[in-house]
Amino acid sequence: MGGQAQREPKRPGTADPPMVRIALITIALLFLALFLFIPVIAVFAEALAKGIGAYFAAIADPEARAAIRLTLMTAAIAVPLNVTFGIAASWAIARFDFPGKQTLLTLIDIPFSVSPVISGMLFVLLLGVRAPLGGFLAAHGIKVIFAEPGIVLATIFVTFPLAARELIPIMQAVGSEEEEAAIVLGAGGWQMFFRVTIPNVKWGLLYGLVLCNARAMGEFGAVSVVSGHIRGHTNTMPLYVEILYNDYQFAAAFAVSSLLTLLAIATLVAKRFLERRVVPAKQEQDDLAVKVAA
Amino acid sequence: MASKTKRTNVLPGFGLTLGFTLAYLGIVVLIPISTIFFKTFTLTWAQFWAAIASPRTIAAYRLSFGASIAAALANSVFGFIVAWSLVRYEFPGKSLIDVMVDLPFALPTSVAGITLTAIYAGNGWIGRYLAPLGIKVAYTPLGVAVALTFVGLPFVVRTVQPVLEDLDQEYEEAAATLGASRLQTFILVIAPALIPALLTGFALAFARALGEYGSVVFISGNMPMHTEVVPLLIMSKLEQFDYAGATAIAVVMLSVSFVILLGVNMLQRWSSRRLAA
Amino acid sequence: MSIELRNISKRFGDFVAVDNINLHIETGELVALLGLSGSGKTTLLRIIAGLETPDTGEVLFHGEDASAVSVRDRKVGFVFQHYALFRHMTVFENVAFGLRVIPRRARPDEAAIARRVHELLKLVQLDFLADRYPSQLSGGQRQRVALARTLAVEPKVLLLDEPFGALDAKVRQELRRWLRRLHDEIKITSVFVTHDQEEALELANRIVVMNQGHIEQIGSAEEVYHHPSNAFVYNFLGNVNLFHGRIENGRVFLGDTAVELENTHAHAHPQTGKAVLYVRPHLLEIVMKPNGKQTFPATVKSINPAGPQVKVELVAEWGDMVQVEIDHERYQALHLEPGANVFLRPKEQKLFVYSI
Repeated sequence: MGGQAQREPKRPGTADPPMVRIALITIALLFLALFLFIPVIAVFAEALAKGIGAYFAAIADPEARAAIRLTLMTAAIAVPLNVTFGIAASWAIARFDFPGKQTLLTLIDIPFSVSPVISGMLFVLLLGVRAPLGGFLAAHGIKVIFAEPGIVLATIFVTFPLAARELIPIMQAVGSEEEEAAIVLGAGGWQMFFRVTIPNVKWGLLYGLVLCNARAMGEFGAVSVVSGHIRGHTNTMPLYVEILYNDYQFAAAFAVSSLLTLLAIATLVAKRFLERRVVPAKQEQDDLAVKVAA
Repeated sequence: MASKTKRTNVLPGFGLTLGFTLAYLGIVVLIPISTIFFKTFTLTWAQFWAAIASPRTIAAYRLSFGASIAAALANSVFGFIVAWSLVRYEFPGKSLIDVMVDLPFALPTSVAGITLTAIYAGNGWIGRYLAPLGIKVAYTPLGVAVALTFVGLPFVVRTVQPVLEDLDQEYEEAAATLGASRLQTFILVIAPALIPALLTGFALAFARALGEYGSVVFISGNMPMHTEVVPLLIMSKLEQFDYAGATAIAVVMLSVSFVILLGVNMLQRWSSRRLAA
Repeated sequence: MSIELRNISKRFGDFVAVDNINLHIETGELVALLGLSGSGKTTLLRIIAGLETPDTGEVLFHGEDASAVSVRDRKVGFVFQHYALFRHMTVFENVAFGLRVIPRRARPDEAAIARRVHELLKLVQLDFLADRYPSQLSGGQRQRVALARTLAVEPKVLLLDEPFGALDAKVRQELRRWLRRLHDEIKITSVFVTHDQEEALELANRIVVMNQGHIEQIGSAEEVYHHPSNAFVYNFLGNVNLFHGRIENGRVFLGDTAVELENTHAHAHPQTGKAVLYVRPHLLEIVMKPNGKQTFPATVKSINPAGPQVKVELVAEWGDMVQVEIDHERYQALHLEPGANVFLRPKEQKLFVYSI
């Protein structure tokens, strides 16, 4: 009983009158057109407003390329770190009992509920030149705030929970029998991990990775605070968009934006693709668990 | 049931994973978060109060809360309609829309910001039709609300959608056999089951809107006392190196976020108890 | 109110759920739709309720075509398999629901509604639970609340979808008896769906045996059990032994023994082919030697003396497994043991030959 993913058509007891249906669908479509589709179309239209030549010139610009490089590098550092954390945390939480587990889950969620500006501010307070730690590092020639390391740190902070939030329920749903079986058969810890655990959670892992990456590449507020906006050095793509816009180079700003929009759309498609794998895997494990328990 | 059994003596890695988890959590999250509190304690009461209660700050609170509530309400109403249509009806382009609903999650906020500004400016795609009607969106509180509606759009849809999908249609059939009209069935049977999800979605959209920076900074114009939301105010103070002021206001924001988070958690626990069948 | 189904068919995609069903139910009858999953019984019930629209055919209530009448106007009471009680409403509010959604002009006032609700709750003996929520009730209690809820709006017809399927065996039996008494009191036209033949035999005035979208037989419990019209019904209701034999020159042989057909109800009389005889376990006698009447040789395999009758398992001379039920006195008199060679004698008029 319960959820039916495909609604059986024509169950007269649950059908809405046709006028209601049409009205609601129309309202929904208008709302989404206004807030989703027009903006997406606008990005590309504005990007090409000065022609294709200008579009590619904007993207190939050295500062643009530096921004792209920094964005990619930031993601390349932040995402693996947070995904590794996600794996470790989900393993500990899903496989073992220990006091304070609920508190731990709440703490993991903290970056989610903090405004991006405040997130950036935390690192300025911690590692800016006026802070004790920051001053110490500066004295040794290590610039964190208003330099690349600060950007990476702020990005790690804001994307911290994303992979873990996906992996924890998956790890719980998958259950531990297979891993226990592997141990009993003589597998070592890492063997069990790579041969049994990871394959079972792989879709959730990819899903968390995709979400983490999208946020890492797209973060603006937190990075804006720590970056200092030094052209060619401490600008990620989202920051570079802001700079171009404030310089009234609208077409160029939208050109860079179009790349980010394409990334966003690719993320959405990957999300949808992976969602389909993740849910059946969870369901399968639930069914197996029921059969085992019965 | 299988997922509940844990054997610490069989499965390896407890020490390693928990240790790494706590260490990483401490370094990445706890230490940075704690700096805010340490910094706060270095402020005098007078400084603290001056920062959080100045006219400019109060104006920012008013705008932030007002626009965020308006945006969350708009998202609740329209997000519900979108979720209902996606779950209950068939129409062309449905799968595409279902995928695209998450766009505000995936799109960088600065891109959203400049795009919305371009659209709603006086000569923009939509702005040009509103201008003759005397409606200004860009550089007004209305523009702020519009931007906040954009960023909160997926929250209500994605919290209501799974609940709607899992709703057993037998309850509606039962109501129909008992003589209820479709509207009565909706109000008396369907809606009560959806209220917890709707409230959760509202709270999440509201919390997100309160802290939003990138989407708002372009369309608002950042005029103090007029179109300055709290995150912009904090940014402003940071740029002027008024760390004390920024910290004080940030503490207020964090407390509010914390309360909302707590509220959402309690709501979810209450609703799962009440509706357990 | 009487119900008539004419030429009702319904398919879901490629699956034919209901195939050209014709059925007439008298006012005040308690009818069972009996069959396995996929036999179409629940679909048929939902078509009567208006919860599904048939592809062809009409549903008539008291001679009038109800096809255009919507679910909410049909005045049918429907009890769902899993009760569908409104979780966020108390028992009282659940039962009152149908009365509270009546259009304002015709709606009784709150006092009248409260009276009726308590009246019904007393009828189902649950008045003391009026302020509880469904999650606080047992399965049997929820079932009775569901029933009270449907009765509140005074339906002309009561439809029940596997009403006792989700309950424990003991509770099921109690509720069965209780439903029977309720029906005797209220005399409302009732149709219920079940896959439990015991339930159908015990409760219903008439049983409609369904299989793969068709009606195999309609009749009283007596009729379908003792006079099944075909092999499916015979097999479905009650236990049965199947004896596989062959037909030669119009005579049926089981192994080397010819079967006297005067005691059998034969479905057809071909000259050659295969035949299957159906015999109920309690209609076979065990004798130590043939004594003139029709007997078949068999060997005892196992004996289960626990229960009201003794169940003996044998292998017939031609290879079929046979189950026989005899009473304890007979068992004592025979001194049966595994391995013993005995003879089986079917009692009169209870063989059923079906040639395939």
